[in-house]
Amino acid sequence: MTIFAVIVSRLSKAILTLLAIAILNFFLIHAAPGDPAVVLAGEAGAADEQMIEQLRERFGLDQPMYVQLGKYVAGIVQLDLGYSFRQGAPVVDLIADRLPATLLLTLTAFVVSLALGIAFGVAAAARVGKPSDTVLTTMALLFYATPLYWLALMAVLVFSVWFGWLPGFGYETVGANYTGLERVLDIGRHLILPALTLGLFFTAVYMRMARASMLEVSQLDFVKTAKAKGLSDAVIRRRHILRNAILPVVTLAGLQAGQLVGGAVLTETVFAWPGIGRLMFESLAARDYNTILGVFLVSAAMVILFNIVTDIVYRIVDPRIGARS
Amino acid sequence: MWKRFRSNMGAMIGVVMLIAVIVIALIAPLLFPDGPWQMVQRPFLAPFAVDGLPLGTDTLGRNVAAQLAYGAQVSLLVGLVSTLVALLIGVPLGALAGFYGGYADEGAMRFTEFFQTIPNFALAIVLVAIFEPTLFSITLAIAIVSWPPVARLVRAEVMSVRTREFVDAARLAGLSKPRILIQQVLPNTVSPIIVMASLMVATAILLESSLSFLGLGDPNAMSWGYMIGAARTVIRTSWWLSFFPGIAIVITVLALNLIGEGLNDAFNPHLSRKGKA
Repeated sequence: MTIFAVIVSRLSKAILTLLAIAILNFFLIHAAPGDPAVVLAGEAGAADEQMIEQLRERFGLDQPMYVQLGKYVAGIVQLDLGYSFRQGAPVVDLIADRLPATLLLTLTAFVVSLALGIAFGVAAAARVGKPSDTVLTTMALLFYATPLYWLALMAVLVFSVWFGWLPGFGYETVGANYTGLERVLDIGRHLILPALTLGLFFTAVYMRMARASMLEVSQLDFVKTAKAKGLSDAVIRRRHILRNAILPVVTLAGLQAGQLVGGAVLTETVFAWPGIGRLMFESLAARDYNTILGVFLVSAAMVILFNIVTDIVYRIVDPRIGARS
Repeated sequence: MWKRFRSNMGAMIGVVMLIAVIVIALIAPLLFPDGPWQMVQRPFLAPFAVDGLPLGTDTLGRNVAAQLAYGAQVSLLVGLVSTLVALLIGVPLGALAGFYGGYADEGAMRFTEFFQTIPNFALAIVLVAIFEPTLFSITLAIAIVSWPPVARLVRAEVMSVRTREFVDAARLAGLSKPRILIQQVLPNTVSPIIVMASLMVATAILLESSLSFLGLGDPNAMSWGYMIGAARTVIRTSWWLSFFPGIAIVITVLALNLIGEGLNDAFNPHLSRKGKA
């Protein structure tokens, strides 16, 4: 398959998946206890009979289910994710507003954790069985067991409250009105703690994968050949083992994207990071279901897009994949 | 196999830590007969500030140590039950897909793939938010987002066991297909399922605590995530309120991961030796 054909087939599959999620959303609203109109209105609508009446009319809640479902899905296809009565704005606008911050956070966390994870994993594999390997694997085991949000809170406590080194709150300094490079640096400073605390869990995951993959590849015959040729251990590791060991790590890392997006809800909540995760958290307390379901759909779309990109990068890096399938 | 597990120091540390958590959860009502919600002293007492309150009091003057002990009950219960429910969904689905193949396999795997694409924490949030947070809905939501890897694992195992000679022998002996699946094939897939299940309990505990942290905990059940969430806003003045429940989560999850890895090494001695080579 050519790359183009791969993209087309993956995108059409993605659209089907998103449609299925939209249908799932629809049934969730109807499965929720209580009147769907009240559910859609959230807390804001609960007090207002007239608004609920309007909602009933607008969503045709007196019509048969399949008509309602058609209307709902048609709305989503036209990027109408409903209206947030709580925030007084269409859900699409709310999400579009917050999406850049989430993309910045998750992509930074992904790149940092993948780079650190592979570096530590390779280092541990090279020193397998020695004390430094034990220290690295134990650290990974610890971070793997640590709740993201708790690590984030502790980081705020230590680096922001006690030492005062880094801001532990928000996206940029409020009221500073920085422009240009100064603004970029300011956002960068605010990004450090959220990205690192979100990334540490995944660093642990990737490190374990990279270490295992390095050890597995180092058992293969071509490594023995390289050794027999008289190449040094460092060269064999870098040129022969690493190149082959890294591919499965990148694929598995791509599959973790969903968890990364889920983790962003927690990280953004702790750091008051103005992304869609924080939006979801705010909507939970307000029982603003339209927004919750909208964020859910968009985060699924993000994950699917992420997987497609990883898949394509992977096919470019390793042409064997395309040839096999 | 049991010998190999016992000689694994990490796994034994995990067992000891887990037993400690289980014991605390079980004797919580004996240690703290007043329950976790009772106000016992003035709020925001630091650890050891008052005798009998080694971990201090929370924002409402409740005993943090008591909350931790009762929180262990919720964590273990939700972790265990949601994993069992996930197994109840994943094992039959994966077994049928792997054993019968064809359309059954195709359909089951599309269904599984769909659930694997959805970001699982986001789905759990949506489910609990819509169906109101109760222990039942939280457990079910965690099970619903956790079963897909089980189905895939069981399918792969069944597919490989299915082609072995003893299965051919069973077929020649005239055993029916369902009987072959249940009596001959499935018992041979148990060990990887046990390994996966122990790691799933750990993940489920993390998920439950994350949901409660966001305010999606059962309002009638004290949980570690809820404690951290409630203490979030006072972290500057009362760090211990969020510190100790976090440590409790790390200990429990770490213990389960260590046990899972120990079991994995014990079931697959070949792989574990390679890792240590």
